Amino acid sequence: MFKGPADTRTDAAMSDLVPEPRQKPVVPMKPVSINSNLLGYIGIDTIIEQMRKKTMKTGFDFNIMVVGQSGLGKSTLVNTLFKSQVSRKSSGWSREEKIPKTVEIKAIGHVIEEGGVKMKLTVIDTPGFGDQINNENCWEPIEKYINEQYEKFLKEEVNIARKKRIPDTRVHCCLYFISPTGHSLRPLDLEFMKHLSKVVNIIPVIAKADTMTLEEKIEFKQRVRKELEVNGIEFYPQKEFDEDLEDKTENDKIRESMPFAVVGSDKEYQVNGKRVLGRKTPWGIIEVENLNHCEFALLRDFVIRTHLQDLKEVTHNIHYETYRAKRLNDNGGLPPMTVETEENHESNL
Amino acid sequence: MAVAVAVGRPANDDLRNLSLSGHVGFDSLPDQLVNKSTSQGFCFNILCVGETGIGKSTLMDTLFNTTFESEPATHNEPGVRLKARSYELQESNVRLKLTIVDTVGFGDQINKDDSYKPIVEYIDAQFEAYLQEELKIKRSLFNYHDTRIHACLYFIAPTGHSLKSLDLVTMKKLDSKVNIIPIIAKADTIAKNELHKFKSKIMSELVSNGVQIYQFPTDEETVAEINATMSVHLPFAVVGSTEEVKIGNKMAKARQYPWGVVQVENENHCDFVKLREMLIRVNMEDLREQTHTRHYELYRRCKLEEMGFKDTDPDSKPFSLQETYEAKRNEFLGELQKKEEEMRQMFVMRVKEKEAELKEAEKDLHEKFDLLKRTHQEEKKKVEDKKKELEEELSNFQKKKAAAQLLQSQAQQAGSQQTKKDKDKKNASFT
Repeated sequence: MFKGPADTRTDAAMSDLVPEPRQKPVVPMKPVSINSNLLGYIGIDTIIEQMRKKTMKTGFDFNIMVVGQSGLGKSTLVNTLFKSQVSRKSSGWSREEKIPKTVEIKAIGHVIEEGGVKMKLTVIDTPGFGDQINNENCWEPIEKYINEQYEKFLKEEVNIARKKRIPDTRVHCCLYFISPTGHSLRPLDLEFMKHLSKVVNIIPVIAKADTMTLEEKIEFKQRVRKELEVNGIEFYPQKEFDEDLEDKTENDKIRESMPFAVVGSDKEYQVNGKRVLGRKTPWGIIEVENLNHCEFALLRDFVIRTHLQDLKEVTHNIHYETYRAKRLNDNGGLPPMTVETEENHESNL
Repeated sequence: MAVAVAVGRPANDDLRNLSLSGHVGFDSLPDQLVNKSTSQGFCFNILCVGETGIGKSTLMDTLFNTTFESEPATHNEPGVRLKARSYELQESNVRLKLTIVDTVGFGDQINKDDSYKPIVEYIDAQFEAYLQEELKIKRSLFNYHDTRIHACLYFIAPTGHSLKSLDLVTMKKLDSKVNIIPIIAKADTIAKNELHKFKSKIMSELVSNGVQIYQFPTDEETVAEINATMSVHLPFAVVGSTEEVKIGNKMAKARQYPWGVVQVENENHCDFVKLREMLIRVNMEDLREQTHTRHYELYRRCKLEEMGFKDTDPDSKPFSLQETYEAKRNEFLGELQKKEEEMRQMFVMRVKEKEAELKEAEKDLHEKFDLLKRTHQEEKKKVEDKKKELEEELSNFQKKKAAAQLLQSQAQQAGSQQTKKDKDKKNASFT
């Protein structure tokens, strides 16, 4: 219950934390661990409850982007993930509708609630990606959109009179759909992921995995992982952001099984007396949530049940900060607090 | 063929409420969030403002069930000084970085006009440090050690009458910068009936002077009730003690007097339990949030406006700060250049002056030198003349001497000849 000697990690972190101030504020000295003298219950641990109540009241934002060629099952997968009609599926391009000549970005927001937790979910669809004959630079509109969201957030943050809660439209997670060819990644896939893995969390998924047998699946995944590694593409969870040993082992396990081979469906069938989501074929029913059939459940648990907050945090603390630093450097930096001294100018430029 | 960019604007207005057909699992989101925060630890900073000897350190010890402080402060401090100490406490799996800031010497001076200033400066300095971190290009806000004051416990002396003017002035200066929770210290010196009157007097004085103390939040149902009932008892009359006295068959924190025992955790005796409940168990997170969203934002806004930045309207160019910065920078550089010019001018002028002076001096020296030279020449000439004279004299003398010698020698010779002749004559005469 009471901890023993002080945690050296926090102590080390403490000494790095004291910022370089222009005028020296009174900074308290390093913390003295006095756990051994704690007698009786104070009630500090109630702060967890307090925090939980507060966050439940304010609600959460989550923005997920799906990228992939049309027909790979993006909308179906999102609907399966969030168990509701989040995306309206396009029924294929009929003669009357035109194939979009460009990559469009469509963001649709929904409010879903579960267990008292309200979430504003925004699904960003990218119809037209990879569908042209010439697909050069088709990731550019996507990159532009992502950067625009960062820009919007930055503008709000930099305001003098700021809103109490800045609306978060930044893309927290990008699901990239890989075609289940069974061979390797296409050049388009590599190009896209190369460009975007630096600005957003990319989670590659193998779509329509019911076209591959178990052995083909394993081989394909290995090859894909190899190719990603060779090309220096870091997908989420990125190795460099593992905070401690615990994180690392957990994330290593996940990285070993990525990309998840998924099957999506929003239709229910009766299997063994239970109603399950699945796809009915002449040779059997593919159960979406059955780990023997496909890895949808792994993806769902990973994205929603364990790493949802982490996705948001990596976006905020790392991708957004990188964007902000770059933007401010390009613009000559924000002003230092004391404008009078010349050397402060130099240090920020 | 390059792909033209046509981006559809996200439609934020048509947020539909969707119903879920099964368990998705994002209700674990608050837990995920809380787990992250727990692993990072929490910060909480308390500022204790009150006269020396009013019981601040004892109360902190009692609140956190431990002994923090070493020795008490003296009464002859020349001014108000702030002493901050940090501690790391842990309870179950929650790590708290607690910082307690004490005002040493508050209320001891004869002239207390400036007593509030060090306190305000300290609070501002913490906001400033956070603001500077926030404005950095490469910043790390998520593991920044937050030193901003989350709660200020203002200790009121138990006079039984009303607030002192020092209290009113200080609280008025602090109310827009920090969450103030007023408490009556050493409440065991006031009887129950007097206490009630004292409390209402204090509250009415605070209201009439427009002092904004911390309002316990009543917007969320779970805490609204308890907060509302507790607010009625403000300011809390507390007694602190770290000594334990045996009451019944238990040991409890208390103060032992000849006429009885004041139990700290007995709600009939004092409001300590209420204070602990409010400060720690119910509103700690709200205090932190208010500090960040209200007091810090106010400070930030004032500071940035003071520096000349304004928010431009949304349809103007993206970075208003950047433009203002550029303008300020050019202005500043222009000023610098002007100053440099001025300094250079002054320098040149001074140099010229000095040069002129030196030239004058040089001229003087030259003149003097010439004068001296001339005098020297004259003297030399005189000496030469004299020398010539002397030489002439000498040569004359020599001549005379030579002549005299010659004469003498001649005379001598003549004489010797004469003597010889004489001798001869003599000799001849003898013969």
